[in-house]
Amino acid sequence: MAAKVGVVRFPGTNCEFDTVEAIDALGGQGEILWHGDASLGDSDAVIIAGGFAHGDYLRPGAIARFSPIMDAVVAAANNGMPVIGICNGFQVLTEAGLLPGALQKNAGLKFINDWQILKVASTNSALTSAAEVGQELNIPINHFEGNYTCSPETLAELKANDQIVLTYVPNPNGSVGDIAGVCNAERNVVGLMPHPERASHALLGSTDGNVLLQSILDSVGAAV
Amino acid sequence: MKFHAVIDVQLHPGIADPQGSTIERALPTLGFDGISGVRAGKSIHLDIEADDAASAEAQLGEVCEKFLTNPVIEDASITIVELAEAN
Repeated sequence: MAAKVGVVRFPGTNCEFDTVEAIDALGGQGEILWHGDASLGDSDAVIIAGGFAHGDYLRPGAIARFSPIMDAVVAAANNGMPVIGICNGFQVLTEAGLLPGALQKNAGLKFINDWQILKVASTNSALTSAAEVGQELNIPINHFEGNYTCSPETLAELKANDQIVLTYVPNPNGSVGDIAGVCNAERNVVGLMPHPERASHALLGSTDGNVLLQSILDSVGAAV
Repeated sequence: MKFHAVIDVQLHPGIADPQGSTIERALPTLGFDGISGVRAGKSIHLDIEADDAASAEAQLGEVCEKFLTNPVIEDASITIVELAEAN
């Protein structure tokens, strides 16, 4: 049976349909979840898609994290469901306390919209299980506040626990440790700034995002 | 009682501040020399009903912790002024 992947849509989210399309193309079943609903329906996994939830007012993700659906997302994450945050979704997950650290304005204060080489640093996560350590992926980034930051203690912990799953080559935005994606200690919650759904078809210029999206579908099978 | 509060939100001292450093780099090119340590934050102004100033400050401390700041990277300082009764 196809893995059901709920894709959360806040006011201002703009990557939800691309994400559903990319999931469907891999044989999953993407489904839009409205932020005002309190349930994840029959989702087997959840993706918080990119965009500008609530206009990024106050801080990206600061208002979105209090949307009704977030209680269900937090509960599901704590129960082991794969929960992935892409770009703005990553910001929402850090604001919600599901992932360590925070994302602040890019060093150099430039909005960056470009292709980016990523290196897979760990395959032990719901987002990277189908990839190989050291594999390089060409996946676009599109953000102003993607500069990952955390305390030196947290960084040491992330390294010791193998929680850094993707790094930038080279670093485009000032992120500590070149971090492009991290997971929680349980490895089912993962956030990344790059957009795998925008590298999911040859027509888009790269299919390198599919190995990440496939990992999400695989992790559903593994969790069941 | 009604109070007016000004909440000053700044990045933790150790966190790099891209806005502050960009402003600092621009100053000499505009002819302003001798300015350093520039940090750019935000200030939030609001009115609050509370029994007394201490209670207003306690409530706003919680608001800052939960919502107005991201404690991972930001600190808040709260300044409270009692407002005169309208009548």
